[in-house]
Amino acid sequence: MTAEITVTKAAAHCEPERLARSPLHERHVALGARFVPFAGWEMPLQYRTITEEHLAVRQAAGLFDVSHMGEIELSGPGALATIQKVATNDAERLHSLQAQYSLLCLPSGGVIDDLLVYRLGPEYFLLCVNATNTSKDLQWLGEQASSQSAVVDRSREYALLALQGPRATEILAVVAGSKVVAIPRYGCVQLTLHGISALCSRSGYTGEDGWEIFCPWEFAGGIWDLLLEAGKPYGLLPAGLGARDTLRIEAGLPLYGHELDTNTTPVEAGLGWAVRCEKPDFVARAVLCEQKAKGVARKLVAILLTEPGIPRQGYPIVKNGEAVGVVTSGCKSPVLGAGIGLGYVANAEAKVGNRVHVQIRHRLVPATIVERPFVRRDG
Amino acid sequence: MEFPEDLRYSKEHEWVLVEGNVATVGITDYAQEQLGEIVYVELPEVGEKVSKEDAFGVVESVKTVSDVYAPVSGSVIEVNDDLPDNPEMLNDDPYGDGWMIKIEMSDPEELEDLMTAEEYERYVAELKE
Repeated sequence: MTAEITVTKAAAHCEPERLARSPLHERHVALGARFVPFAGWEMPLQYRTITEEHLAVRQAAGLFDVSHMGEIELSGPGALATIQKVATNDAERLHSLQAQYSLLCLPSGGVIDDLLVYRLGPEYFLLCVNATNTSKDLQWLGEQASSQSAVVDRSREYALLALQGPRATEILAVVAGSKVVAIPRYGCVQLTLHGISALCSRSGYTGEDGWEIFCPWEFAGGIWDLLLEAGKPYGLLPAGLGARDTLRIEAGLPLYGHELDTNTTPVEAGLGWAVRCEKPDFVARAVLCEQKAKGVARKLVAILLTEPGIPRQGYPIVKNGEAVGVVTSGCKSPVLGAGIGLGYVANAEAKVGNRVHVQIRHRLVPATIVERPFVRRDG
Repeated sequence: MEFPEDLRYSKEHEWVLVEGNVATVGITDYAQEQLGEIVYVELPEVGEKVSKEDAFGVVESVKTVSDVYAPVSGSVIEVNDDLPDNPEMLNDDPYGDGWMIKIEMSDPEELEDLMTAEEYERYVAELKE
């Protein structure tokens, strides 16, 4: 038996002795976590089983440590102009204390990173970026920023917790008061948690209701303990990166390095809604807006296997004996009990209902292209 | 972690139980623990010929795909048909209900290349360091 870890392509490039650790590392050890190298960090893969943690998030709630994510501050009189130039979505639509999904692209349209843009004040933005890409993003932003804006890496100052699941808001309300119930999706609020002010955003990466909580690095432990304790009666479990990945696949959400990279565009990835062509100018506008108007040669689709098997990254998607695409992520869906995957196929094959095959080793396993997400949350 | 005395072990973490000329093969307790939750198993057909160190099956956990290698050469005379429907048996009972295939050995001398329980336990301890 030889195992090939498929958590992340980045894992293969990590040197164990140099892995960074989250401020919650000792707590993860105490909880019996199994760790995995991820983008230069030693992060918890799971505490119990991935399926148990996955189902806790779908049915109750899960608490993730995602302190490896990067935080970049963009401020100054030119901050809005800078973000408008580099990001595909329209940050001008953001009021203070609102978040927006957006993308940084190369002039070719290839994705440098996908991110959440938080507007914290008229001239003050916080960008939450992928750990793998933080240094690349910083360099790009530094090159593109107007002289009237400052770009600062705050990644080691902010810890990030994600409280996710249908009961997440009830749990947060226990420790922060019922006002959180009224905060809309992608709204943010400064809350006092464990005596410390934390930026809480009603967002997440699981397909469930939930919160992302930015708190000072040194106080993350107290807030983690507080939330775990408050969530116990609601069925809250600590959840690792394993469940985070299966949850986001079920939710049909792209992951950088799998569905997104510098050779794919947001339009191909089905993220055209986050490309605002009414904005007068931004990097890659010409390419992306032409793709939105005229269509793309390949599209990201969701694939449901109709016989046993698990689609994995790199497996060919086949139609009538010919390869028409490739799987970018896959797993056995804990909710559906079937193999599910995301992948790119030729535009002509991208229609929902289209029957294809996934080549899994020597077998062609029947599959159907289905709507995203695979699993829809209630309400 | 269990290392039953009556089995032989390969470096790829398969175990072998020898009864006459028939070798029953599975993956070890250490292997199932390393893989985590096993969610899919692919086994060969009865009658297939396998050569020592060739992949004869696949075990997939939530996050990993692993080949399983034949510790000895011969013909597959029986497969555990319950396993594909209940892959979790590999986690729950790797040396019992989680057995994978039975091979009629063509060269029983190959068994001499495999480790004893004591040698395998030492080998696993070194891997964990």
